[in-house]
Amino acid sequence: MTVEIGHFALVLALIVALVQTVAPLIGARRNDAALMAAGNPLAMTQFFLVAVSFGALCAAYMASDFSVRNVWENSHTLKPMLYKFTGVWGNHEGSMLLWVLILAIFGASVPAFGRHLPSRLKANVIAVQGSISVAFLTFIIFTSNPFLRLNPAPFEGRDLNPILQDVGLAIHPPLLYLGYVGFSITFAFAVAALIEGRVDSAWARWVRPWALAAWLFLTLGISMGSYWAYYELGWGGWWFWDPVENASLMPWLSGTALLHSAIVVEKRNALKVWTILLAIITFSLSLLGTFLVRSGVLTSVHTFATDPARGMFILMILMVFIGGSLTLFAARANAVTGGGLFAPVSREGALVFNNLFLSAACATVFVGTLYPLFHEALTGAKISVGPPFFNLTVLPLCLPLLLAIPFGPFLTWKRADLAGVAQRLMWVAGLALVAAIASAAMFDFRAALSAVAIGLGVWLMAGAIAELLYRARFEWSAPADGLRRLFNLPRAQWGAMLGHLGVGVMVLGIAGHGWRTEVIEEISIGETVKVAAYELRLERVEQEQGPNYVQDVAVFSAARNGVQVEELRPAKRIYPARQMPTTEAGIETRLFSQLYVSVGEVRDGGRTIVARLYHKPFITLIWIGTLIMALGGAVSLADRRLRIGVPKAARARGSVEGAAA
Amino acid sequence: MLRGSLGSHLSMKGKSREGRFKTIKEDGDWMPMNPRKRNRIIIIAAAGVVLAGAAGLSLYALNDQIVFFKSPSDIASEGLAPGTRVRIGGLVKEGSWTQDGTSHVFAVTDTAQELVVAYTGILPDLFREGQGVVLDGALTPEGRFVADTVLAKHDENYMPAEVAEALKAQGHWIDDQGNYGKADAAEPAKP
Repeated sequence: MTVEIGHFALVLALIVALVQTVAPLIGARRNDAALMAAGNPLAMTQFFLVAVSFGALCAAYMASDFSVRNVWENSHTLKPMLYKFTGVWGNHEGSMLLWVLILAIFGASVPAFGRHLPSRLKANVIAVQGSISVAFLTFIIFTSNPFLRLNPAPFEGRDLNPILQDVGLAIHPPLLYLGYVGFSITFAFAVAALIEGRVDSAWARWVRPWALAAWLFLTLGISMGSYWAYYELGWGGWWFWDPVENASLMPWLSGTALLHSAIVVEKRNALKVWTILLAIITFSLSLLGTFLVRSGVLTSVHTFATDPARGMFILMILMVFIGGSLTLFAARANAVTGGGLFAPVSREGALVFNNLFLSAACATVFVGTLYPLFHEALTGAKISVGPPFFNLTVLPLCLPLLLAIPFGPFLTWKRADLAGVAQRLMWVAGLALVAAIASAAMFDFRAALSAVAIGLGVWLMAGAIAELLYRARFEWSAPADGLRRLFNLPRAQWGAMLGHLGVGVMVLGIAGHGWRTEVIEEISIGETVKVAAYELRLERVEQEQGPNYVQDVAVFSAARNGVQVEELRPAKRIYPARQMPTTEAGIETRLFSQLYVSVGEVRDGGRTIVARLYHKPFITLIWIGTLIMALGGAVSLADRRLRIGVPKAARARGSVEGAAA
Repeated sequence: MLRGSLGSHLSMKGKSREGRFKTIKEDGDWMPMNPRKRNRIIIIAAAGVVLAGAAGLSLYALNDQIVFFKSPSDIASEGLAPGTRVRIGGLVKEGSWTQDGTSHVFAVTDTAQELVVAYTGILPDLFREGQGVVLDGALTPEGRFVADTVLAKHDENYMPAEVAEALKAQGHWIDDQGNYGKADAAEPAKP
């Protein structure tokens, strides 16, 4: 019964979304206040209905109702409760429902938080949001319905893919989707602005928190996905330049550009057309990501069951939204003109620099990811573009960008004194140089790139801190005054500082790659393997019975210079329901470095194993860095100025203009 | 109507800003005097340089770094120069897999032709005889195919698209167990 309610609610949601698309749009055109206001309850209702639908699917999973085909295909009675729940989105149909649920949450938060938005803008935004919901609800109902029944109902389910039976599934997809789908709001704002033909700094103040929130979730989503792949796939890699990863990196790159260009719109009323274009591109790339992941047109290490027919449908959605919004952009962009002027060397100039390089990096990732498709369509020959391509193109494009980051916040608006800024950054550069040389001397001179990366990381971190100290005017006043000023700085300033600091920390983590140790060996019980400064001894192999799996746990004792450290317990699991093995890495974190052991094979009835043994210096800094970046986003979001609906003065001006029009 | 009020609003703003900006000293007189145009030219020029650089890098890397996908039959008929990286897709031939410590030798077949592959390291969890794999590697000068990456299916419903297509092209598409069928069969097997 609940399943039917869920199904029914989903169909109702589609109808509501249709009305939500049409009514406010007509209202905004005819200046009909009632029709415009209708968008608010409609968006709320749509959210409620999708939530009911999602709840019904969750209930079916919790109850292991195998009369629902989707549950039968992806669940099992013996599965722990957490995985019964996360299994809801551990498959195509359920994950699309989660996608739409998040879309509806964002859709409902426009009326919930945007009480002070001008009614016309709000009506248009809600209508655009509604149209995205229509597309994806149609997609779910007609091609990927999770509520289809099986008759007769089987006794036992086929279980969730064991690789997905991990807390990572509870965290990664919801965060990633919050990021992807969050950019639908900035997209809706951009399209609404084009419909109205007006972009002002108030518009940017409304858009920026949404972009920031989406960016924050996307950053966390990518970061958690990377860590999950790192420990679950058992290869010890954290980024493979795989199409599915690139699919999430592209909107992140353009979203980061959007975040920065929106500042220029807000502060200086310039770069408006470009910002609108970026908002459209970012969400288009999110849609493209969904398409790449869901259709399986590209071979990926992260691809699970896929279905080309569904890919075609998403491709159509993609073409309608991207084509439509770009056409609207072409037709209306010249209605949005003017804005503040600036010299090439200025804060605006620095933000343009940032946008140029981020866009170029995004474009190369795009080319590399989709080139196999074009190549096949043109020549018929199948090719793959791998990590060497991306390392060769994206990294050189990131280098000038990273070098420039510390300069940016020091530059003043309109016109800036580059020489003066360089002077202030002298000690930062000195510190970076010392760090690079010292790290090379300490670890290994051959890994020159890693030493350069250490220098770069220190340059970014110290540069971020230097900027904050400068803002607090530490140089010219008593430390107590400086400290007070430091804590009174706007949160947005702290947020930017943390964001840039996080990039630096991440670069430090990546630098560790050059000093890694990797050993792959066949090891018998009692044997010792030396990995970097550690000696790992295989003590025994234990057999354990889990709730829905059996596992062989290889117990390693580890010692550094004769001093024992924690045991490592990597395991090889077999899930009988699918007869599928998984690898559980044994990881021991020592400050920022990690010992990583994963079992490849268990031989001779458990007397010998084949294992990967890695020592990865600084590796945790990669994820710590991304967490700091996300924290920066959160702090910035907490800034009073950016709180949604705060700009009352701007609202007053907006409504006067609206009346005049 | 909307456009009119907007236009006048903006142009007024614009004019006052331009007025203030005229005081900046120009460093090249061949550039247009209008700061707005100057700015646009500078930005477009910078964008051109960066994008051209990115495009150049991409073309260079694409020329050098792309890897062609071949089936064992392609290799048998076209040959393969030693050192050229290729990606091979096929099924692991039944009974062909031998291992010694961490080195493995097995044959990949598209059922018409086969290719013997050497690999050192740990094979993926789902590597099995009779199942689809994708490998990256190259021929050594001695004519031995050495793989450095082996990808197997991620779950039993998934098979690399290249393998599925290679098998279809060879007319050996098997759908007996419903295992590879997900791409083809609209109805999954009923329990």
